[in-house]
Amino acid sequence: MISVTFVNRDGDSMKVKAKVGDTFLDAAINNDVDLEGFGACEGTLSCSTCHIIFKKEDFDKLPDKPSDEEMDMLDLAYGLCDTSRLGCQITLTESMDGIVVTVPAQVADARNR
Amino acid sequence: MWSRTTKNIKNVVSYFRTVNFSSQVVCHQKVCIVGSGPAGFYTAQHLLKNCPTLEIDMFEKLPVPFGLVRYGVAPDHPDVKNVINTFTAIAKSGRLQFVGNVTVGKDVTLNDLRNAYDVVVLAYGAAQDRWLGISGENLCNVVSARKFVGWYNGLPEESHLKFDLDAETAVIIGQGNVALDIARILLTPIDMLKKTDIAQHALEALSQSKIKNVKIVGRRGPLQVAFTIKELREMIKLPGNSYRIHLENPEFIDACLPKTSRPRKRLTELMLQSSSIKRSEEDSSKQWELIFHRTPIKIVGDSNANKVNGLVVGINHLTGDDWENPQVEDTGLRETIPCGMILKSIGYKSLPLSDELPFDHAKGIIRQTEGRVEGMQGVFCSGWVASGPVGVIASTMQSGHDVGKRIIEDLKNGIVGTGTRKPGRDAILSQLEARNVEPVTFVEWEALDNEERERGKYQKKPREKIVDVREMIDIAKKGQS
Repeated sequence: MISVTFVNRDGDSMKVKAKVGDTFLDAAINNDVDLEGFGACEGTLSCSTCHIIFKKEDFDKLPDKPSDEEMDMLDLAYGLCDTSRLGCQITLTESMDGIVVTVPAQVADARNR
Repeated sequence: MWSRTTKNIKNVVSYFRTVNFSSQVVCHQKVCIVGSGPAGFYTAQHLLKNCPTLEIDMFEKLPVPFGLVRYGVAPDHPDVKNVINTFTAIAKSGRLQFVGNVTVGKDVTLNDLRNAYDVVVLAYGAAQDRWLGISGENLCNVVSARKFVGWYNGLPEESHLKFDLDAETAVIIGQGNVALDIARILLTPIDMLKKTDIAQHALEALSQSKIKNVKIVGRRGPLQVAFTIKELREMIKLPGNSYRIHLENPEFIDACLPKTSRPRKRLTELMLQSSSIKRSEEDSSKQWELIFHRTPIKIVGDSNANKVNGLVVGINHLTGDDWENPQVEDTGLRETIPCGMILKSIGYKSLPLSDELPFDHAKGIIRQTEGRVEGMQGVFCSGWVASGPVGVIASTMQSGHDVGKRIIEDLKNGIVGTGTRKPGRDAILSQLEARNVEPVTFVEWEALDNEERERGKYQKKPREKIVDVREMIDIAKKGQS
């Protein structure tokens, strides 16, 4: 088991224990992480709700580049940036122990209008 | 492979438990939601999560829940429908009562709801069409995309429709994802379609279809297409089809790319690459085309049969420096695209479900600010009826959650729900009984759901949708598990 931390758009941190070999989405679901609407399509590359943002140094160490299919869905994600990935497509490894990822809002936050 | 529904119920129940208690509000007020699509369910999700004592009634016009997830998402996109598992968990959480087969605006009025509930959330989407407003629009075989989608998805209201699929060429006006969905359904080999939950009447009609060429026509250019890259890729990979993307000025498009955002850049690059690939003709008995810079001027027909046989278009060009919102200028040139069917995919529209509802008829949306309906204390709206009919499930999810937040704010601040105790569901149910309306519960929907899946097994489809409302109600009420 490794430790993974999800930080939501309000800045709240949720640290959980997750299994190596699970995806970030599995880690969130299995630990009942409080992320409203995360993983709507249940990991089938049919939405962008498991969008997570990595720190640059963690992003650069990710083993696989996103497929065209992942990029296509990521393109719909709000707050898309250079270190964005879909949580359902990334498998946890030992070296990710202690990793911290940010979960952005789905669309432009109503509070900012 | 975990059972999704059980996992989701567990998740939703424990999900409500893990919320930070200091953020929760104690609410005894009565809430109802009109509409059981994503907007309704995601608003409910947010409310239930943050108000542990709140109970919600969800009214739905049809006997079945889920709105466009059931009736809009294409049959060959089953994974997009996985959100139904989340909605089912919410419906079975014990604090939401699904009340189907009740038309608000007919069986009960908005006023009845306001009298019975502290909070009314309008989340009934967009069930009307935008019109082109050109001559010939009423000719036979000129069809709204929305109706066509409803038809192949088994929406009861559209299931009796008959289309003439004998024509060789169909024109789709509009270049959004609905346009591509329809093109794909018209051109996908029948052997692939028959494994989906497409309505049986549509499968039979499409298996006799003679349509070989689908022209997807847009007013503006490649940089302004509204469809997204996943859907374009599906078209490019569609078995048995060749394609032509008519780029009149690829150099100009290419030069614009550095100024565009990543999603637009990738989409446009795909179009540029694909327009120059020579697709082999051997396996392609059918073809689709993307045609730009064509404004529909009028629809012409065969005066004997009153049926369409062509679309007259004006050729335009785009000017201005803002490539996202260019000016569309008519060159004065005209051409006629011969075709035997026209599908208008230019957007949906909502209608007000009561005369008192403040409504922007031009945009086809309720007048609201941050989800609060103008001038109507306690009435909120979320999803397409509030924002306009654009956006995928994820954006509607955000809308639902945001409106949920506003409702909780208003409850907390005593802006709503401070008057005399409201009667809630009982008042509405007695009205419905007096008017001989048979509400359908979620458990009854599940019986119907089981029947559809059973029937689907015979056809090797995930389900066989029942398309007659009377039959739906009879099965729902008879076969409870």
